[in-house]
Amino acid sequence: MIALLSRDLALAVRAGGGFGLGLAFFLIVTVLVPFGVGPDTELLSRIAPGILWVGALLACLLSLDRIFALDWEDGSLDLLATAPLPLEALVSLKALAHWITTGLPLVLAAPVLGVLMSLPPEGYLWIVASLAVGTPALSVIGTFGAALTVGIKRGGLLLSLLVLPLYVPTLIFGAEVARRGAEGLATATPLALLGGVTCGTIALLPFASAAVLRINLR
Amino acid sequence: MLLTVHDLAVARGGVPVLEGVSFALGPGEALILRGPNGSGKTTLLRTVAGLQPPLAGRIEAAPDAIAYAAHADGLKATLTVAENLTFWARIFGTGDIAPALAAFDLEDLADRPAGALSAGQKRRLGLARLLVTGRPVWALDEPTVSLDVASVGLFAEAVRRHLGQGGAALIATHIDLGLEARVFDVTHLKARPRASAEDEAFL
Amino acid sequence: MEQRASASLWEWANPVKFLRLTEWLLPWVSWGAAICLAVGLVWGFFFTPDDFRQGSTVKIIYLHVPAALMAINIWIMMLAASLVWVIRRHHVSALAAKAAAPVGVVMTLIALVTGALWGQPMWGTWWAWDPRLTSFLILFLFYLGYVALWEAIENPDTAADLTAVLCLVGSVFALLSRYAVLFWNQGLHQGASLSLDAEENVHDVFYLPLLVCIAGFVLLFVALLLLRTRTEIRARRIKALMARERMG
Repeated sequence: MIALLSRDLALAVRAGGGFGLGLAFFLIVTVLVPFGVGPDTELLSRIAPGILWVGALLACLLSLDRIFALDWEDGSLDLLATAPLPLEALVSLKALAHWITTGLPLVLAAPVLGVLMSLPPEGYLWIVASLAVGTPALSVIGTFGAALTVGIKRGGLLLSLLVLPLYVPTLIFGAEVARRGAEGLATATPLALLGGVTCGTIALLPFASAAVLRINLR
Repeated sequence: MLLTVHDLAVARGGVPVLEGVSFALGPGEALILRGPNGSGKTTLLRTVAGLQPPLAGRIEAAPDAIAYAAHADGLKATLTVAENLTFWARIFGTGDIAPALAAFDLEDLADRPAGALSAGQKRRLGLARLLVTGRPVWALDEPTVSLDVASVGLFAEAVRRHLGQGGAALIATHIDLGLEARVFDVTHLKARPRASAEDEAFL
Repeated sequence: MEQRASASLWEWANPVKFLRLTEWLLPWVSWGAAICLAVGLVWGFFFTPDDFRQGSTVKIIYLHVPAALMAINIWIMMLAASLVWVIRRHHVSALAAKAAAPVGVVMTLIALVTGALWGQPMWGTWWAWDPRLTSFLILFLFYLGYVALWEAIENPDTAADLTAVLCLVGSVFALLSRYAVLFWNQGLHQGASLSLDAEENVHDVFYLPLLVCIAGFVLLFVALLLLRTRTEIRARRIKALMARERMG
């Protein structure tokens, strides 16, 4: 189990592993927004939580097709399927590896990018908290999408089309936590709902991911 | 018996390719699968390895008894030879990779990234993986592709040692490995022409 | 007797029997749909009084409400068909789910477009992020993903399996999105001031033709579903026959 995780992490940081791409994408999206909406600090500070959440979500989306595609191409996925590791564990570990290489850096980078977006001082804690609670759900849902499209050539666009609607609840609750936090309102309710979505997806979705992976390997 | 197959029928992409396949493999036995291209050897091996469900029939083997190796070696180009092998050893819960490296003459290459290996060297690394699985039954699909004569010798030696330790091997190959092994020709087991399992309902 | 009745129901899951049954059924359903729609729409558009508040714009409910109802119910039908496929592996069920999806896309689109047309004179805007409108937009995205997945996979049974799982997972997330959207909009507007709730607007005069229109839409969907499922079955049959020819 640990072996698979550490291999995926090692692969991600080696040449061509794509580590940091998501982070760079997050940075670029956040930099582009002020160019689009104008430099008005008040406006930026009002939309900052939402923009940071959408940026993080898109950055997360960017690396999803790598989760299984590379292992599929070089035959590792077949070999892993015959290994003593249940596929449910495999997909959970893949999601965890994706979160560590993509989600976690986004959580840590968000406050820095918050400065660029003139996020109100109260907002920093909550943008970090909401992303920390919400990004695992993004990785788990994304892993489901990746498992669904693993056998499809050039499935990247389809993957986005399938995953984006599934991201809606996470985005709504996550951005709501960040927005309320930035406005100094109570955040307990959306935070609890966001946590519920994350826990539910982590608990249940790996079974669906393993099922579709099994169908695709057939 | 390590592996017993009863009256197995297998399908590729829903179309039956082989039927009535029966054989048994005991400790120390090897079985060479023969048959023209497209006759269903790969499909049979994938089914035996548990990667796809059989159309009919039974496969009896202890759980986690079968190690499968196919055309794709599952190597990661940016990991070194030793790292690639260690990964599989840890996944299969076995420890030492040194014997596997030695058996396929990979010791000098241990610290080289797998991406920098030649095709034959990659194949040797892919086959070395079998040794770290610690599983008794090997299901091998054309294992000698891109191997030179010396490497084929290494591979045959590894199979012989595996059989000597009470293992078994099911090998689809066209070349003579010099093994004491029965030959199982699948040509006459070609499934009779009929609609694929899914399509039958529509006729 | 009960046992027997249920056994005979599953018999119609056989493609050949399904074709035979629907060949007889299809004209009845089609004519039923045409008559209900003609009566309902003409009655609704020309023989109901204008609403004292909304004027004649209210008459768009005769398209909007049935289409919206169908948009949701078609998804539920697809969910049921997917479950039948997963549990009992009846091909007709999987193909029916496939055949229903594009109809669902169109129904959702009709609901969205008529909603926008109605919203313009009523609220002075083509689009508002009202919870209901937003939910339908999300439903539309789910439909698109489902159809796209069917199109992307070559092996029909793999496609049926994968889309069935997507439909199950998608249903849970669609429901979740619906509640998330309700939560989100209240968060934005502090109490929704716009309501699309049809029941509030409908008086008895409008109610009967609306029922006829809904019946018409249901029959229209059934007719389209049968027609499209028949096409899918025939396409599979052609494929199977050609495969047999090749193997000759």
